[in-house]
Amino acid sequence: MSEPRKALIRAQGLSKTFKLGAKQQRIERTRERVRVAVDDLSFEAYAGEIYGLLGPNGAGKTTTLRLLATLIRPDAGDALLAGKSVVQEPEAVRATIGFLTSELKLEDFFTPNYLFDFFSTLQGVDPSVAAARKDVLFKRFGINEFAEVKVGELSTGMKQKTSLVIAVVHDPDIIIFDEPTNGLDVITAKVVTDYLQELRGAGKTIILSTHIFSLVEKLCDRVGIIIDGRMVADGRLDGVCAGSSLEDRFFELYVQESGEVA
Amino acid sequence: MASRSGFFSVVAKELKRVFTDRRMVLTVVLLPGILIFVMYSIMGEALGRLYQVDEDYRAQAYAVNLPASFEALSEPAGLAFSEAGAGEVAGIKADIAEGSSDLLVVFPADFEASISAALSGSPGGPGGPGSPGGTIPDVQVFFNAGNIESYAAFEITAALLDAYKNAALPLFSVNAADEEFNLAAGSDNPATMYLSSVLPMLILLLLFSGGMGIATESIAGEKERGTIATLLVTPLKRWELAFGKIVSISVVALASGTSSFLGIMLSLPKLLTTEMMGVSGEGLSFGYGFGEYALLFVVIVATVLLFVGVISIVSAFAKTVKEASTLTMPLMILVIFVSLSGLIFPGGQSDWWVYLIPAYNSTQCLNGIFSFNIESWQVLITVCVNVLATGLCVFFLTRMFNNERIMFAR
Ligand SMILES: Nc1ncnc2c1ncn2[C@@H]1O[C@H](COP(=O)(O)OP(=O)(O)OP(=O)(O)O)[C@@H](O)[C@H]1O
Ligand SMILES: [Mg+2]
Repeated sequence: MSEPRKALIRAQGLSKTFKLGAKQQRIERTRERVRVAVDDLSFEAYAGEIYGLLGPNGAGKTTTLRLLATLIRPDAGDALLAGKSVVQEPEAVRATIGFLTSELKLEDFFTPNYLFDFFSTLQGVDPSVAAARKDVLFKRFGINEFAEVKVGELSTGMKQKTSLVIAVVHDPDIIIFDEPTNGLDVITAKVVTDYLQELRGAGKTIILSTHIFSLVEKLCDRVGIIIDGRMVADGRLDGVCAGSSLEDRFFELYVQESGEVA
Repeated sequence: MASRSGFFSVVAKELKRVFTDRRMVLTVVLLPGILIFVMYSIMGEALGRLYQVDEDYRAQAYAVNLPASFEALSEPAGLAFSEAGAGEVAGIKADIAEGSSDLLVVFPADFEASISAALSGSPGGPGGPGSPGGTIPDVQVFFNAGNIESYAAFEITAALLDAYKNAALPLFSVNAADEEFNLAAGSDNPATMYLSSVLPMLILLLLFSGGMGIATESIAGEKERGTIATLLVTPLKRWELAFGKIVSISVVALASGTSSFLGIMLSLPKLLTTEMMGVSGEGLSFGYGFGEYALLFVVIVATVLLFVGVISIVSAFAKTVKEASTLTMPLMILVIFVSLSGLIFPGGQSDWWVYLIPAYNSTQCLNGIFSFNIESWQVLITVCVNVLATGLCVFFLTRMFNNERIMFAR
């Protein structure tokens, strides 16, 4: 590639293991004491691009994104987000990212309006800038008429849109999005994917996780396929597919990695 | 980058959460006070009946220089005085203090003569033989407010003297000397006794349970609902979150404690019955001034901060509100024991190291304040120790917010 590319996300040998408690061992019917969720993962995501982490259930997608978002610390390796290390400067990283995952909830008691202001303050956004941004975003996502409705009383879709808006109150350069269309109807899902494309157009770096092939094909410039915590393919979408469809390519890799498809 | 207003935003959000929620205001703030008021008022009614003086009781009352005209007044009121000589005063006072006698009234010698001399309008005015130096003759009434019979006799005598005074013009005074007429040993005074022993215990328990309800909800609850994770991905400093939580929860616990406290104070007259309280003016009243209330406030704030800090840490370990409540139970029992110690050890202990023990130092201070037996250094050590301990709590809570195994335990 000749174009100048800025790697806003640079993961270098990220690894994460979890200790399994007795209860969890019982639930998952396993004797293993530790679970390797992410195993020596390296990849880069660039400004103005959408990077997709594709993998089956339990592959380690969410864990990878949580590592990037500094919710958890890697056992080994590091990731630089806009040049800041998730290990050394987690606070600086938090100021440059917007993270969205079903794990992060908004308090039912408060209204979108209040929460927008609250998180704007936490992110250190100037009040007048925040007000203007709120105007645009609430209009963009149709939150205006629900601005004073408590989050607990919003529909799933409206809740998701509110979460999205609140994740970007500070206009972050990097957006980390776990399963962006999960649980949404086709209309709300389209609003979300349209917005992600809009963010890409604005030069943001977006990384999302999914197990839906079509979503990757539709949205992503680059893709990393992860199976059992390891990156088995990484690169531009057409490069990874190498002529076949993404789905066929995925199963090919899957059989290579873990034998038969059960 | 991260604005310094993170701490204030957290406090404001937490307070808004509680104080704009009608259900929360009712259950956390209003209900404790109302419940206590109702409970105590009912208890007071029952106790009041228990404390009535038996109608057939004859008070053991003594009088020195008893004027015949006063005797004529007191007999119909059911008070029969035995004459006593000036030399017996000390012995009778001791009897009153221990409860075997009820009342001693000491009239000045020539009381009637000096009154009538004054009444006849001699130009010397109230400067007769009974009042050297032109002072008004003073009648002294000794009693024991810790003894129901004694206090009842005192009330009757005070009323009689009042009537007598109205008839004789205000030419004499009652208990004007700067002397203790209530011979009850300091802590025997039922009002101060109650306040200095039972009240500190109640206050500590109410503060703890108030803090418990709100802290488990605010910390374990936010963990359980996944809303704290949303805060943890912002640049908000962990210590700002920890400190903000502890301060705001403390404010709510204080509001809840104040409500309970008001409930107690408003129902106290009923609990102790009007007579025992000495509402009539003479004898006893709480007599707490601004100084006592200020000390009380300072001690309570320092105590609440510490309680909330400790409960917050325990709550942060828990995965659910329910688990947090279970985990705080042993702490609650500990606080009960510590506060009960106030019934065993007198307040205002003089050893300085006593005030280094968190929670126990609060009991000691509260006891001391309520029984007027407090030194400022005791409060100072207590407040410093508790504030330091709260600082430690903020430190540990910050570490916990930074610990993914605690915050995101499966
Ligand atoms: N806190 C934790 N404690 C123990 N094990 C964990 C923890 N978090 C994740 N795991 C395990 O790590 C592995 C990877 O989980 P992860 O959630 O990252 O997968 P995923 O790719 O997001 O899957 P899904 O598509 O189901 O969301 C799984 O086996 C999961 O059970
Ligand atoms: Mg996942």
